[in-house]
Amino acid sequence: MPRRPRQVLMLLAVSAALVSAAAYAANEAGRYQSRAEFLQEALGTENPPSSVVWINDELRRAASKILGHPPSMLRVRYWYQDGRTAWIIDEVGKEQPITFGIVVENAAVQTLRVMQFRETRGWEIRYPFFTEQFSQLRLTDRGSLSRRIDGISGATLSVKAATRIANLALVLDEYTKQSKQQAAANH
Amino acid sequence: MKIYASWLGLALLVCATPARSQTPDIEEIWAIVQQQQAEIDQLKQQLATADEQLAAAEQKVEATGDYLETMVMPETSSRTQIGGYGELHYNNQDADDSAQDLDQIDFHRFVLFFGHEFTDRIRFFSELELEHSLAGDGAPGEVELEQAYIDFALSDTLSAKAGLFLLPIGIINETHEPPTFYGVERNSVESDIIPATWWEAGAALNGHFSNGLSWDFAAHSGLAIPTSGSSAFRVRSGRQKVAEAAADDLAYTARLRYSGVPGLDLGISYHYQSDASQVSGDGLDDGQLLVANAIYNTGAFTLKGLYANWNFSGIAVEAAGADRQTGWYIEPSYRFTTDRGDWGIYGRHQDVDAARSQDQFSQNEFGLNYWPTDNVVLKIDFRQREHDLASEAGRDFDAFDLGVGYQF
Repeated sequence: MPRRPRQVLMLLAVSAALVSAAAYAANEAGRYQSRAEFLQEALGTENPPSSVVWINDELRRAASKILGHPPSMLRVRYWYQDGRTAWIIDEVGKEQPITFGIVVENAAVQTLRVMQFRETRGWEIRYPFFTEQFSQLRLTDRGSLSRRIDGISGATLSVKAATRIANLALVLDEYTKQSKQQAAANH
Repeated sequence: MKIYASWLGLALLVCATPARSQTPDIEEIWAIVQQQQAEIDQLKQQLATADEQLAAAEQKVEATGDYLETMVMPETSSRTQIGGYGELHYNNQDADDSAQDLDQIDFHRFVLFFGHEFTDRIRFFSELELEHSLAGDGAPGEVELEQAYIDFALSDTLSAKAGLFLLPIGIINETHEPPTFYGVERNSVESDIIPATWWEAGAALNGHFSNGLSWDFAAHSGLAIPTSGSSAFRVRSGRQKVAEAAADDLAYTARLRYSGVPGLDLGISYHYQSDASQVSGDGLDDGQLLVANAIYNTGAFTLKGLYANWNFSGIAVEAAGADRQTGWYIEPSYRFTTDRGDWGIYGRHQDVDAARSQDQFSQNEFGLNYWPTDNVVLKIDFRQREHDLASEAGRDFDAFDLGVGYQF
């Protein structure tokens, strides 16, 4: 077949494939894990009791240090069951917010999940070969994570976002426990 | 409980006042009990009212919090994103032939990203660049649209895109923000052999698997490599930049990548164009580019390596000895964290064998990156270049470079 007709056919085929792709994408919702699915996995129920932590001056300072920027939220909702707390927090990787779900028990990360990922690069961070690194991470005395997280080439900012959020969840978990202990002591 | 306590208190009162001659009779006691019961009911009512007020207050606080959060993070702003990067370079180059010396400062790249999320699965990305600060007639720089495409997420593991996009080849082409690489200048292999930044217009598919294996395939516009003049068969001069570009001949790019182990990234890319000059019968026919790259990072240590090889067919390109153009580099580095930011040292050896004789050389370099924060970097490096041909020996140089870069 002469080159020109072959090229036109190729262009038509590519165009048809794109139209199909666009039509398919327009009809789909995009999320790896819903909140209910995450809570079911994390705490064994879709509707566990919940509470909120208001970001006061102390927490704002701590969060700013961890995130490298002031936190944009006024409070963080968390869910709890049998000594576990579950947190859902957004953090921008490179340009787009990534939704993380983190479960904390006994002051250590149990699981970290990527519930929604919108960046063009760094899809690897949603898979177990990456997220398993966060299991049993704790805070050191200096408030940083107890272990270094190996990166993904080309996804440095997404990896750092995951690391920051794990750190923040541990700080928030510790804060809620201290607040409860203090309230019980005052009572 | 309070009723029992009242009875007990009353009984104690009665017992504790033996001196009192008149013990209250049952009717008086009954009246007292009724009075106390009424007080208890009233207190219960007040408590219930307080609980309701507390619940209402909590609802108001929640509603206020929700509203304030929408003020802080309005929905529209989360759907449109702005980002960018930039880098300022100072180059001091001392060549064997003083006519080749260089002593200049240049804001090499100023780039803005714009993105918009139409739906969860249909998104727009773009990258607009101003090179060398000043564009226009006689100015050294240019304004370039390097990316502008729509991405369709077909599933969690498959996506398609259409528009103008970066080709999935090598290391630098897709990830080239200054804080992500060592050295003030990008490596020469991914400039002279892989003409990064290399973008084309067309359509592409990307898929990945949960084990870390991914693939890309793109059908897109191609190069138009010149076949005469001082830049004959120079790949970099063949970039049309999708500016009223000749589209007589499409090109295809495929990549297979594995990143299933944190710290490890392996990639192999293949690019094919059946007529690399877009002109038939000019002595330059098809072009095939094969690129293999690897990155291994463990703790503070990282090793990068890349090999790229062009094979062209055609009488003229073979006669010019430019039918095979290759390059490779290897780059060990060590990055460590301090309380005042990260520091990284690196070394790099690269070997380039491109079309022009001045682009056939080997280069050794080493340098230092300092990241006061993740997205800002200060750089210094020292380079030594030796050309392969004696006729180009005047271009051999020792250089040092300073740079500052950022991304957001």
